[in-house]
Amino acid sequence: MSLLFSKLKRQLMLGVFTAAIAAPFAGSAAHAADFKFAGPLDAYTLDPHAVSNTLIFAVLANVYEPLVRRDAEQKLEPALATDWKQIDDTTWEFNLRKDVKFSNGNPFTADDVLFSLTRGQAGGIKANLNSIASVEKVDDFKVRFTTRAVNPILPNQLTNWFIMDKEWAEANNAVQPGAANNATETFANRNAMGTGPYVIKERDPGVKTVFASNPNWWDKKTGNIDNATFFVIANPSTRVSALISGEVDMIDGVPPQDADRIEKDPKLHVKAGPDLRTIYIQPDVARDSLIFGSEKAKNPFKELKVRQAMEIAVDSGAIQKRIMRNFSVPVGLPIGKEVNGFDETLGAPVKPDLDKAKALMKEAGYEDGFSVTLDCTNDRFMNDEATCLAVAASLARINIKVEPRAQPTAKWATQVNPPEYNTSLAMLGYSPNTYDAHIFLTSIAATRDPKSGLGAFNIGGYSNPEVDKLIDAIGKETDQEKRSGLIKDAFRLIKADAAFIPLHQLNILWGVKDNVTVVQPADLAYPLRYFTVK
Amino acid sequence: MLNYVASRVVQTAFVLLVISFIAFLLVANIGDPLAALLSADATVTERAELVARLGLDQPLLARFLHFLGNLLQGDFGLSYRTQDPVSQLILERMPATIELAFVSLLITIAVGVPAGIYCGVNPNSYFGRFIMLISTAGITLPNFVVGLLLIAVFSVQLGLLPSFGRGDVVQIGFWSTGLLSVSGWRAILLPAATLSTFQVAFIIRMLRTQLMEVGQSEHIRFARARGLSEARIWYVYAIKNTLLPVITMLGLQLGNIIAFSVVTENVFAWPGLGSLFLQSIQAADIPVIAIYLIFVGVVFMVINLVVELLYPVVDARVLRRQS
Repeated sequence: MSLLFSKLKRQLMLGVFTAAIAAPFAGSAAHAADFKFAGPLDAYTLDPHAVSNTLIFAVLANVYEPLVRRDAEQKLEPALATDWKQIDDTTWEFNLRKDVKFSNGNPFTADDVLFSLTRGQAGGIKANLNSIASVEKVDDFKVRFTTRAVNPILPNQLTNWFIMDKEWAEANNAVQPGAANNATETFANRNAMGTGPYVIKERDPGVKTVFASNPNWWDKKTGNIDNATFFVIANPSTRVSALISGEVDMIDGVPPQDADRIEKDPKLHVKAGPDLRTIYIQPDVARDSLIFGSEKAKNPFKELKVRQAMEIAVDSGAIQKRIMRNFSVPVGLPIGKEVNGFDETLGAPVKPDLDKAKALMKEAGYEDGFSVTLDCTNDRFMNDEATCLAVAASLARINIKVEPRAQPTAKWATQVNPPEYNTSLAMLGYSPNTYDAHIFLTSIAATRDPKSGLGAFNIGGYSNPEVDKLIDAIGKETDQEKRSGLIKDAFRLIKADAAFIPLHQLNILWGVKDNVTVVQPADLAYPLRYFTVK
Repeated sequence: MLNYVASRVVQTAFVLLVISFIAFLLVANIGDPLAALLSADATVTERAELVARLGLDQPLLARFLHFLGNLLQGDFGLSYRTQDPVSQLILERMPATIELAFVSLLITIAVGVPAGIYCGVNPNSYFGRFIMLISTAGITLPNFVVGLLLIAVFSVQLGLLPSFGRGDVVQIGFWSTGLLSVSGWRAILLPAATLSTFQVAFIIRMLRTQLMEVGQSEHIRFARARGLSEARIWYVYAIKNTLLPVITMLGLQLGNIIAFSVVTENVFAWPGLGSLFLQSIQAADIPVIAIYLIFVGVVFMVINLVVELLYPVVDARVLRRQS
């Protein structure tokens, strides 16, 4: 009885659906479309300055805009600034776009830029704005940034710094950026006021976010999405089911093992593209013994030959085929192909060579190997635990008995992250959000220095004074060609030291309906303005 | 009577204090909220500032006393993850979980009670045996498997019901209800059915055993000897003796459903407390996890307290034993 009723209703709904499809063809040519998509996690907050988090930026980039943004090919292009130039070593001048309005109708001016800088530098994104010492308003549509040191890539660093309406923030008591343990939550945590292509129409944190087109946007959308709803579906099987049953048009985070199931459906396909994030293994070369391992008298990872042997013992090609089901790209450097500074020759995947690896271990005096614990996460990256086990198996072939210890990220981070760095061997991943190698070099390859913050996430304590000098020089070099040369030099040294054993670059896996065209940036964003539903 | 009530209430309060301390200890060791809060290239100074602001550098006991003090003043703190007040997060998510529990209870009663009575009255019939077979599956299959099976059949294959979410909700004061819209009812059916599979199977088996036992008791045999109709014997006299324990069990199970719908909520992306709990664990969101655990404790304690306070009403001997 109820089944019959549902069936009838379904037919009715189908009728409505057909009418909805037919209507646009009868009407005007440009048809606006609704779009539903789902991902595993929600943006924690709508406050653009509270936390530096990829997902928050991914959602907010549809509502807020930076001065400089990335286009569909990930190249820099003007957004709220029309053009910019470096007028001397430490000064950048930006001309701002005129006639831009926030979605409440307030005009966008230099005051909003100044306000957003103060707000951003007080919030969780301050590290991204660290290089800016001050900003000066020249007139309503021109600002000058003074950088702390020479900074040739300031525009690259500004793509995730969103401009908020000053008047709105002041009127709604949201001048201070949200922070845990503030006395009260800020209004901007659940509400947004930007200049972007969409406005947030409805938000239920952790459940769904509804975007509606901003009719007064200064730019033209190339896509046709008018209303978009982002659902949070934590369970991967349910996410895939929701796509197959047609409840959503796109899902993020397709489990590799379900990719076949989606491809088999005649109306769906999997869109796989490179993720900026690169996964690598880093041994602890700072301590004199293995804190989690058999060698207490001497740290074998201090031997270059041991590290070189490990590098050629790990078979990233096999991991790509067997573990990642081809949804990864093996690389020879701990940065990805999309990152400015990536070099094709240096970045070619390392060829595994077991005999040579065994010979190197023998030369180093570790023919019989040793044992060590490999610290990995099990909920952070695609198939991270399986990758960890595969690495352990690879290293067992050269008699390094690796005990994999896979933990949830929250637990893993207390142990491995600064200031403790409690690991002898760790599997790590890094995504340089500026699309430039310098951020990797300063936070991961530089010698640790708690005062300056350099090398804060150099988990293994790698240190090479030559590399440090180059990093310093790269930071000051304004000639792009010379700068690229210096970056290449730095990575050549890093590669020769074999202190980072690169595995692969991950893929972003989206399941998409065939009638939807999407743009999939490597920084995990959802740029709805490029999406089209046919 | 007053003595009895007072002693139960004091006991409950004491147990709650212990629960909150255990909850606090558990979450203080759950992981590092800093990993989620700090950007990848934060300096050690920034880290130290955040540690100080969150009070993570204080000794454990001082943190607990501070936490308890705020708790008693009704200040449940801010979530590390979303920076919303924890009380607001819990209040927003609670209606979804309670409605889910309520509907699954309805399903349990509507399906489990008649089926259980049938099996108890006709234990050797083929249909009765068939029901018992199905109920074995209901007891043994894990919740998430049932959920995924239901999704595969009703959402993917038949396209009848949504696989996730809560449908359209209507806001009545602070309470958001999905029970006033068609899409809301469509959305609640699968998760509620999933959640009730175990309860249904459990009630069927319990009713069957109870009825079979009562069927052998003296007053039923006497009724039969007097020549009362079978229907009257079973449905009037036998059932009266079996329903009381069933109702008690259902009440206690309701607490269970509210507290442990985590798995079902995760499978159906049901926006209730269970989903909130999982999201908070992933981010080591200590304030939310702690309050959630205490909340679960409160639910159980309150239900237990109500049951204990009802005992003397049902059975006056409890009070006499006290004095």
